[in-house]
Amino acid sequence: MEFICDKEITYDTVVKATYTILKDSQTNLPEDIIDALKTAKKDEMSDLGKAHLNAIIDNIELSSQKGIPMCQDTGILVFYVDIGKSLTLNFDISDAIKRGVDKATKQIPLRPNSVHPITRINSGNNLGEGIPDINFDVFDGSGLKLTVAPKGAGSENMSALRMFNPNTPISTIDDFIVETVLNAGGMPCPPVIVGVGIGGSFDKSARLSKKALLRDINSMNTHELSVLKKINSLGIGPMGTGGKYTAIGVLINKAFCHTASLPVAINIQCWANRHSSILFEA
Amino acid sequence: MEYHINLPVKQKLINKLAIGDIVYLTGTVYTARDKAHLRIIEYSKNKMHIPFDLNSGVIYHCGPLIRKEDGIWKVVSAGPTTSNRLLDLTPYILEKFNVKFLIGKGGMVGLADEFKRHSSVYLAYTGGCAALASQLTKKISAVYWEDFGMAEAVWELYIEDFGPLIVGIDSHGNDIFKNVKESATKSFKNVILNR
Repeated sequence: MEFICDKEITYDTVVKATYTILKDSQTNLPEDIIDALKTAKKDEMSDLGKAHLNAIIDNIELSSQKGIPMCQDTGILVFYVDIGKSLTLNFDISDAIKRGVDKATKQIPLRPNSVHPITRINSGNNLGEGIPDINFDVFDGSGLKLTVAPKGAGSENMSALRMFNPNTPISTIDDFIVETVLNAGGMPCPPVIVGVGIGGSFDKSARLSKKALLRDINSMNTHELSVLKKINSLGIGPMGTGGKYTAIGVLINKAFCHTASLPVAINIQCWANRHSSILFEA
Repeated sequence: MEYHINLPVKQKLINKLAIGDIVYLTGTVYTARDKAHLRIIEYSKNKMHIPFDLNSGVIYHCGPLIRKEDGIWKVVSAGPTTSNRLLDLTPYILEKFNVKFLIGKGGMVGLADEFKRHSSVYLAYTGGCAALASQLTKKISAVYWEDFGMAEAVWELYIEDFGPLIVGIDSHGNDIFKNVKESATKSFKNVILNR
């Protein structure tokens, strides 16, 4: 969902806003995703696929009614902060977001998911060096937009990145996307949404692929729809037990890149494509 | 076929189950993820005491979200985790503990023969359906190895008509995920690459 807030932008209102979008993202899927899953449920030919999709729809409704996280993997937390060009802030906005995460972890609650990469010791509050992941951007205006996209590990682990030869035809890139979904099978909780980043640099392509997942899946263009069709011809189906709906969306974002390189990143997203935003209008 | 099964399950019923069947379970299950598997194996090898009984039991690949309310543990959200992470650790546990059901998501690549050898069955629960699962989990009877933290501890759960669970690997060596993957790979090679 996207919230609008006409309150003053302060440390406290940002803490509160962080909590609000975190809670919303964990308990209410965006409308475009719900609609696509409902269509899949009606249209799925496989009985097992239908059973999974029925469970998914029941689960989404229950989560929303009861205000409990739809998935126990409440994810690693990725934030996008868009700051109006003429906005000045007199407080540490990252710190306010972290405070909101700490509060949400205790109160919603969220599962403490962030651990040291080597010792695997859990911080207990979803915070830690470099976590949550906060990405900043600017836009024309004086407002502030805060978006959270919790990312579960089951689908994240199935992601891929390849540095292609710049002469590679687009059909080979399409094959790489389809093959990545094939290799993932039932593990990333299909029907999935496939975020793709083409171009940029090694790291930029990954960022593009993740941010693509925020797009409305009704905005797919002809190319994206053609890749989706290929993916759904595989027959992996919901949860990998066979069926028509392996994916409900393919979203490709692009950026210019070096003349000598062609990075392609694929970020696999489970059916629970959770994200929520709040816009402070100033 | 659809089965509503009370735990512990009878071997006769295990033999009946075939891939694609839908199952609902009532009874006690234990959650276990990576760390719990490692410790079960370590304790078993060193003949140390394991505080719960897996014999004829059920392991649920799940790292639940739990809250303590007025001193009582309550399940907030408890869906399945990716079973394939536990691939290397599972054969030993099937061998030593006579576990009858493993519940998880996504399947377990290449383990169909192990399930056959030990007459056990893999059940796939719909990934991400954790709110639904929490409604079907009626009680937390106990928690073991809390030092692992919430997600990795072993939770003894009492579930009621928990499902739909899909028989992903049966006790006769059939694996639905393998079948689907093989046919998907075939259509990738034949239809998509062969343009």
